[in-house]
Amino acid sequence: MNHTEHAPADLNQARDIQRDTQPRAGEPAAPSTLQYVVLTGNPNTGKTSVFNALTGLRAKVGNYAGVTVERIEGRLVGAPAGLDVRVLDLPGAYSLRATSVAEQVACDVLLQRQPDVPPPALVVIVLDASNLERNLYYATQVIELGYPTLVALNMVDVAEANGIHVDTSKLADALGVPVIPTIATGRKGIPELRQAIISALQRPACTRPKSFCALPGPFQAEVDDLARLLATVRPSHAWLAPAEALLLLSSVRALESSMKHLPKHVIDAVHAARARLEAANIDWRTLPIEARYATAQAIHQAVATEHWPRGETVTDKLDRVLTHRLWGTVIFLSAMALMFQAMFVFGRVPSQALQAGFSLLGRAIESVLPPGDLTDLLVNGVIGGVGAVVVFLPQILLLFLFIEFLEDTGYMARVAFLMDRVLSKVGLAGKSFIPLLCSFGCAIPGIMAARAIESPRDRLVTCLVVPLMGCSARLPVYTLLISACIPETKAFGVLNLRGLTMLGMYILGIAAALSMAWLFKNTLLKGEPSMLVMELPPYRKPLLGAMLIRMWDRAKLFLYRAGTVILGVNIILWFLLSYPRDAQLERASEAKLAEVRAQLATGGLTSTEAETAMAAIQAEREAARLTHSFAGRLGRLIEPVIAPLGFDWKIGIGIVASFGARELFVSTMAIIHNMGQPDDTGLNLHDLAQKLRTERRPDGTPAFTTLTGVTLMVFYVFALQCASTVAVMWRETNSLKWPLIQWIYMGALAWIMAFLTRQLGLLLGLG
Amino acid sequence: MTPEPTPLTSLREGAIATVAEIKLPAEQRRRLFELGLLLGTPVELVRFAPFGDPVEIKVRGYNLSLRRHEAEQILVRPA
Repeated sequence: MNHTEHAPADLNQARDIQRDTQPRAGEPAAPSTLQYVVLTGNPNTGKTSVFNALTGLRAKVGNYAGVTVERIEGRLVGAPAGLDVRVLDLPGAYSLRATSVAEQVACDVLLQRQPDVPPPALVVIVLDASNLERNLYYATQVIELGYPTLVALNMVDVAEANGIHVDTSKLADALGVPVIPTIATGRKGIPELRQAIISALQRPACTRPKSFCALPGPFQAEVDDLARLLATVRPSHAWLAPAEALLLLSSVRALESSMKHLPKHVIDAVHAARARLEAANIDWRTLPIEARYATAQAIHQAVATEHWPRGETVTDKLDRVLTHRLWGTVIFLSAMALMFQAMFVFGRVPSQALQAGFSLLGRAIESVLPPGDLTDLLVNGVIGGVGAVVVFLPQILLLFLFIEFLEDTGYMARVAFLMDRVLSKVGLAGKSFIPLLCSFGCAIPGIMAARAIESPRDRLVTCLVVPLMGCSARLPVYTLLISACIPETKAFGVLNLRGLTMLGMYILGIAAALSMAWLFKNTLLKGEPSMLVMELPPYRKPLLGAMLIRMWDRAKLFLYRAGTVILGVNIILWFLLSYPRDAQLERASEAKLAEVRAQLATGGLTSTEAETAMAAIQAEREAARLTHSFAGRLGRLIEPVIAPLGFDWKIGIGIVASFGARELFVSTMAIIHNMGQPDDTGLNLHDLAQKLRTERRPDGTPAFTTLTGVTLMVFYVFALQCASTVAVMWRETNSLKWPLIQWIYMGALAWIMAFLTRQLGLLLGLG
Repeated sequence: MTPEPTPLTSLREGAIATVAEIKLPAEQRRRLFELGLLLGTPVELVRFAPFGDPVEIKVRGYNLSLRRHEAEQILVRPA
């Protein structure tokens, strides 16, 4: 869109141009130009349903540049040939004076400051007819911006059910823009809305935005002066200047976020204007809000008629149970248990099937291709890496489906309401509960679930601590170490000591996550305490089709973005574990193998004996290869660091190898103790535990004492031994800084806690 | 004569009052104003969450959840 032809020659004309001509999206776009229609409105207005109905559910989900706010856009279905219309579903906002990052994005797009979004050709405001007054507060701010604007008056059915009738034509008159009543979930009014969008784009109406904010004379004069100044700074956007000026003058946050967009003399002018207003005893913060709400209230009263006095709505009735102190909590805990069960118990079936499938594929390739480095790379590096990504997919899909469900029904806000008290003790908010819970299964969905947390600081703290929760990948490590190191005895006569140790590790993880959250909130991520104000929206019936499609869109994003990094890290790890090879060593084992084969041929060995001998040689070769590899050398290299913890270099290799994923510790232990690569039938943990128990150090002392086992488990409680978590953190925070901080703090904590465990154990005479 | 303003949290569940004063930092007060919680606005205390925190209120026909220590800074006059 080109506004420059209306740029004022004289700065004094800026305001006159705004008032007297219509320079906005004035000229019809050339055929087949891409045009952006932005959808905006308060949260919980059914905006997404309107979007789905307009775009036919084929959305592109991504992120806005530089922030982790979801960007959802799609092509308008049913646009005539030559008209390429994109609909952008902006994050919900309560005001253009942004408080959250998501609101800031909505504001930046509308003020044309978001670099990756082209100027909107048309704005569609979605209003919730059942909650009109507060919706009008935001709508009037947006209309004042001066874009060609349409209003979709949504959820008229809910309003009617609540006994409220809204007069559409009166509302259109009051707002000065067309109003189309819709019931987006039932697709009612959508054809009309689509038609209105198309005609508005083809023949832009000469709208003259009304002002909905009657300010006292001196205040209005300051706004006008600032608008003239802004028009000189961005002549092409002179038509936006009056609304922008009011925003800058009346909001601290708006001015702060404009620092990088505006020259210093404009910022100074704003401060000077505020000082003059303060001197005149005019409250520049509050007055525009009061004035606008007065207008919103007046419009609301004029257009809405209540058939009967407001009584108890369906939501009120449901909430009496669902947020009840006792029943609400019981229902909530049951729902969470069900969700957890579904994700990590039912989700495991397809997860294991996928893993087995990839393993079979690898075997098939191995049998077809000649043995060699390339085959090894393909099978163990690439296919193993892809397997490592897709193994998360069933859980991620289920998680997204649950989150969609919780968000769409409105129950998510109740989760936050019920859990807030418990989590606010450590500085988190109620919405951190779901990420923490998910992380008992896996930190990857846990970190992704943290997207639902609005406050960036709370979200970051949540992401930083969720990997401390005992995830399912730690389970094989604990199981192995417990059966190798913890005696099968009863504690206090009744409790099984092994079970108790396992429980202890999980409790340690929870305690660590909560303490670290508290610590982060009081140190590194300390800041002004954010006020938690949260709308409890009316309950709504979710739409399954839309939920499934959005789930898939989000999962695709996970595959593209995190999946590629996980794959890359796995290939690197494969390399570190396989190279360099020692030619002499390879020749020696080849010779041994040849000898066995020769003996078999001459009848010196039976085929069973030969098989056993060959398996032993293979296992020995793999152990030698691993010891010789970069990872093996790294394991030896870190021995001085881990020696104070009572770990030898073999455990060191296990720790290095399990950076890829914690469960790799088990297979690495198997390889290094000459038990060979575990096959698909599953490594026999019992045999490996037996082997570890008999393992001796060079000085003859047992390598795995009870104390070493416990120390190692404590190490695994804290250490971030998971490349996928690092990858997802990187993607979700858009920087390497936070995953790095996370990796280091968890590693340091792991060492310190393991060290303390050992010292305490030695004091108690263990070891 | 008008009754003395009391903290919003002193209301019983289901009671309605009007906002008299918000003793919070300017930016937080601004946020509450923008959500419609202006001085003189009727507000209903709907319920307290388990452990008495947060607080659910109804204002201008919709429901909001506030933390107790912020809700305590909102002074109201019982209607």
